[in-house]
This record gives sequence, structure tokens and C-alpha cells, in this order.
Amino acid sequence: MYSSQGFILRVVKSNFQEEARLAEPSNVTAQVHLPQENTPSVSQAAPVSVVRAFLNGRGNSRGADEAFRGTMLVCGLSIFAIVVLIATVLVLRSNLSIHTFGAAFLKSQAWNPHPPSTAGVSDPTGEFGALPFIYATLVSALLSLIIAVPLAIGTAVFLTEMCPGFLRGPLAFLTELLAAIPSVVYGLWAVFVLIPLLRDHVNPVLAATLGWTGLFSGDNTGYGMFAAGVILAIMILPIISSLTREVMTAVPSTQREAALALGATRWEMIRMGVLRNARIGIVGAVILGLGRALGETMAVTMVIGNKNIIAHSLLSSANTMPSLLANEYGEADSSLYISALVEIGLVLFVVTIIVNAIARLMVWAVTRGTPDTVR
Amino acid sequence: MATAQLPLRPPLRSSRGNHVRRNIMNGLVTVLALGATALVILPLIRIFLYLLAKGFSSLTWAFFTQLPKPVGVAGGGMEQAIIGSALLLMIASVIGIPIGICAGIFLAEFGSRSSIATAIRFTADVLNGVPSIVVGIAVSALIVLPQKHYSAFAGGVALGIMMIPTITRTTEEMLLLVPGSIREAALGLGLPHWRSVLSITLRSASAGVVTGCMLAFARVAGETAPLLFTAFGSSMRSVDLNQPISALPLQIYVYAISPYDEWHKLAWAGALVLIVLIVVSVALVRYFVGRGALKGSR
Repeated sequence: MYSSQGFILRVVKSNFQEEARLAEPSNVTAQVHLPQENTPSVSQAAPVSVVRAFLNGRGNSRGADEAFRGTMLVCGLSIFAIVVLIATVLVLRSNLSIHTFGAAFLKSQAWNPHPPSTAGVSDPTGEFGALPFIYATLVSALLSLIIAVPLAIGTAVFLTEMCPGFLRGPLAFLTELLAAIPSVVYGLWAVFVLIPLLRDHVNPVLAATLGWTGLFSGDNTGYGMFAAGVILAIMILPIISSLTREVMTAVPSTQREAALALGATRWEMIRMGVLRNARIGIVGAVILGLGRALGETMAVTMVIGNKNIIAHSLLSSANTMPSLLANEYGEADSSLYISALVEIGLVLFVVTIIVNAIARLMVWAVTRGTPDTVR
Repeated sequence: MATAQLPLRPPLRSSRGNHVRRNIMNGLVTVLALGATALVILPLIRIFLYLLAKGFSSLTWAFFTQLPKPVGVAGGGMEQAIIGSALLLMIASVIGIPIGICAGIFLAEFGSRSSIATAIRFTADVLNGVPSIVVGIAVSALIVLPQKHYSAFAGGVALGIMMIPTITRTTEEMLLLVPGSIREAALGLGLPHWRSVLSITLRSASAGVVTGCMLAFARVAGETAPLLFTAFGSSMRSVDLNQPISALPLQIYVYAISPYDEWHKLAWAGALVLIVLIVVSVALVRYFVGRGALKGSR
């Protein structure tokens, strides 16, 4: 940094000197001796220097620069525009449903697109309520967090604080890779491997040991909210773990050194020096994982069983908000039906925006703070 | 001797007991962290290897060159889905890549600390977190509902929107890796700012920016949810932007939930193609980030 500034300064200085020399060849000595005295009058009277003429001939780039900056700014602002556009479209298209059902939409369990009384009517009305889908979305997302968070944090602690250096790169690469595998591929794997595994080996054990809670009773088909929670956990694990790692790496090493110098064991160093400083960021990473889990569509659609009910048992089939949209939006045949589905999309949009905004702010609070200040 | 040590003893003993407890705790946590890592990494590796094995055993040449066969007929492929994916990704790239790169240039070169840049950065991150099905529904409501038919164009727009935030953030990151001295040298030689950004900074970071685009490309190549109600899918070969069109992930979804073994095989093969695309782009991105993203720097 210093050397480059020095270089620039030197270039600029030598440029000026050359210009001055070219402008007044006869006055060189006078200018060197008394620069302040004759500078204004001479520079006005002197003929345009070669360098100055060259620079003038190049024209002024301010206009081009401004235009360039403007174009880039417009592209940046288009990201705002997209978010606003999505919100506007969703609100406009769900207007009918919002006006018909009001706030009761969020509390109602009714989902009856084709009531018998309206059979044969060209644009049938129906009853719609989002509660079963909100419930299933929350339950499967929370279940996935319960499974994923301890494992993800444990992995992050191991990778940042304990792992030998040669393993760190490959393991980080692997988690990055797994975070990028498409949701439909996870769904494919879940349908053919996870579901039989849960049905034949895991669910019977859970029903036998935890059956008294009522959470693992009922039909065991393998499909259901529990399967959705497990596949979601597998999908958000790499995301939470890599973000947690990022946050923990951002903790200044002076914190670790200070703890170790005071005689702390490695765990005490991690607890007091690292986790304490990174806790906001870790919570942010978890919330970000929650956001992913709330909006995950394909894998969940393929394993949750798709039933529009609220069931106490985790083994029961259900429908989350995204899986409902994936299943029914294409078949919706009345304007109210479409509108109700778009309103569910709107609810999902608002919830994920809020969740993501909170999570980002928390992660930023850690990773872009001044790293050397002691909190 | 013993009497002299007496006053020292209680603190010594308790500190030794404390020390043992702390060491046990330390070992316990180490074992737990190691166990968690093993519990996470090993199954994930198994999933990954399983996907590869299943895919390779199902992949045939016909997969790339034939249209789907009716149920019960052996063979068949996903030619129309590969063509469809290529077309959709082309539309998405035309929309997403220029906007994404320009927004990234703005963030890195013009507004690094201004509040508007922070706001854009934040919005991009939030947009990245919007569920893909919501983007699909919104584009569907915007384009498909008024037109009253599914179209490849709508699918491309949905994918393009999803590409923008990823490209913006990686471009910004890659541009910031370019040393400031190179920018200063360009300006010092009298280049206008726009020229220095395009010919010097962007050019130095071009390898990284391109791989960032590839990463976004590979990510949306696997997206299914935004295509369900925009491109919709089709079993015929088509390159018409105004018609429904098939895509690889859509076809994988349809085949995966079907009850036929031959179709399952095709789904595994399709999954392998997507995974290879992902692996290559993630590896390239890591390579360039690790190398400092600079062409001439080494």
C-alpha cells in the first residue's frame, strides 16, 4: 500500500515538473528559486505545453465516467426493483383472497376448493385457510433445526479450532459442494433411500421408545413431517456449518491468544474467546438456515406425503406452504383458488424476508465489525 | 517439612482437582466435536458417493440423444429436457449476467462504503434467501397469467432473477481481490475511471467473475420450483420461447415420483449430470478464490 502511494506521488510530481519545464524553458532557474512569485502570471501567458495539449486533446472523461457510474447504479437498483416487483405482484394477485377472508385466512383450517354445492358452477368459490400449512412449515423447519444445529456447530468448532490443517480445505470444499446440490436431487435420494430407511428402521424404534408422547404414533409409511424434517436438516447443515465457520474465523486471534495465555484449556478458550464473541453471528447463521428450511420446496414436496391436515403425530403426512404451492398451483381452476394460493406465497415471502433480514444483520454484526476491538 | 507445606495444601489440592475437571471437560468437548463432524461428514460423503454410483450405472448415450419413451418401453432419454434446460439457461444468462456483473461493479468500484451500496448488498442477500417457489409464483402471476399459457420465456425470466444476487456478490468479492495499486496505476497513467474499471480491474478479475457466473449458472440449472408454473415441462422437443418447455430438473422430479423403474433410472442419470455441473463450478470458484483471482499476479 505505502509503496504504491509513493509511486503515484512520484509519478504525479515528475509530471508536474516536466510540464513546468516544458512550459517555460528559459525560466527554469527562476522558477526553481522563486516559484511563488511568478507562477500565476507566467502560466497564463505561456503557450500551451505539449503535455497539457495532449491531455486536452484526450477530452474530458467526466461525462463518460458519470454515464458509466449511472449505468452500474441502475443495475444495482434493479435488485431493489425486483424485490418490490415480486411484492407488488403477489399483493395484487392475492387481493381477492385477502378481501374475501381477511385475517381469518391465517387462522382457518378449511381447505375446500370445490365445495359440493358449487358443482358445475363455472367459477366456483371455496373456503381457504392457511393454518395447516403454516403449522407443517413451522414444525418441519423447527425439527430440522433441532437435528441440524448441534451437529453444525460441533462441526464448525472442530473445523476451525481443532482440525489439522490438511483436512480443513477438503472438508470445507465438501460442505460447500453439498450446499450446492439441487434440492430435487436430495428429494430423489430421499424417496429411494431415506424413506425406506426411516420406515423400516428408525420410525419403529421411535414409536417404541417415544410413542407415549403421541409424536410418533399412527401409520408408518415413511412419508410425513418427520421425513421432511430429516431431509431439511441434511440440506441446511452445510449452510449453517459453513456460515458458523465464517463467523468463528472472523473472531480475532488475539482473543484466543489472550484466553490461552491466561491458562485456559482449549475448550475454555473456544467457549470464552470464540463462541462468546461469535454468538450473534452463530444465531444469525441458524436463522439463515431456518429461512432456507421454511422455503425449501422440492425435497419436502417429495417426502412429506401431501395431505392438507393438522396432525399431532410427526409421522403423519402434511403439506408445508411451499409444497402446497408446488402441488396445487398448477391445478387451481378458480380465481379465488389461485388468489388464495398466491396469498400463501405472499405469507411465505414476507416471513422469509423478515427471517433473512434478521439473520443477515446478525451475521454482518460479527463479520464486518472492526476485528481488533475487544468487546 | 510437612508443617511448612500445610498452609499451601488446600489451594493446591483444589486447584489440582479443578484442573482435572477442566481437562476432562476439554477432552469431552473435543470428542463431541469430532463425533459431530464424523456424524455429519460420513453420511454426507455416503450420500454423495451413492448419487455418483447410481448416476453412472444409469447413464447411457441414449440419455442424451433420445426423447422419452412411453411407459413400459425400455430405453429413451431426456434429449428434450437437455435442450430445454440449455435454452432456459441461455435466457436466464442474458438477463442475469449483465445485471449481476454491473451491480457487482457498482458495489465494488463506486459505492463501497456508501449507504446505497450497503442497502443494495443487503437486498441482494435477502433476495438470495427468497424461496425459489415464491419467485416462480410471482413470475407466473406476472407473465403466465396474463398470457394464459406457460412459456419458456417466463421460465428463463424466473431463473434469471435467481441468478442476479449470486453473481452480484461474487463479482463484488472478486473485484475487491484486485490490489488497489493496480487501480491507482491505471488512474495514474491517465485512464478515465470507466476505462480503468473495465479494462484493468474487471479484466484482472475476469477469471473469478466468470467462475462466479458459472456457479450461479450451475445453481439455477438445478432449480425446479421456479419452473413448475412457468416453463411447465413438455415431452416434445421444442425451442419455441412461447411454448411450454421441458428442463432437466423438472424431468427428474416427474420421473422420481413416478412408479416406473426405467424412469427412475433416467432420473438418477439426470441427477448425475446436474451434480457434475455443480462439482466443476464449485471447484473452479474455489481454485480462483484461492489463487487470488488474478491472472497476471503469479
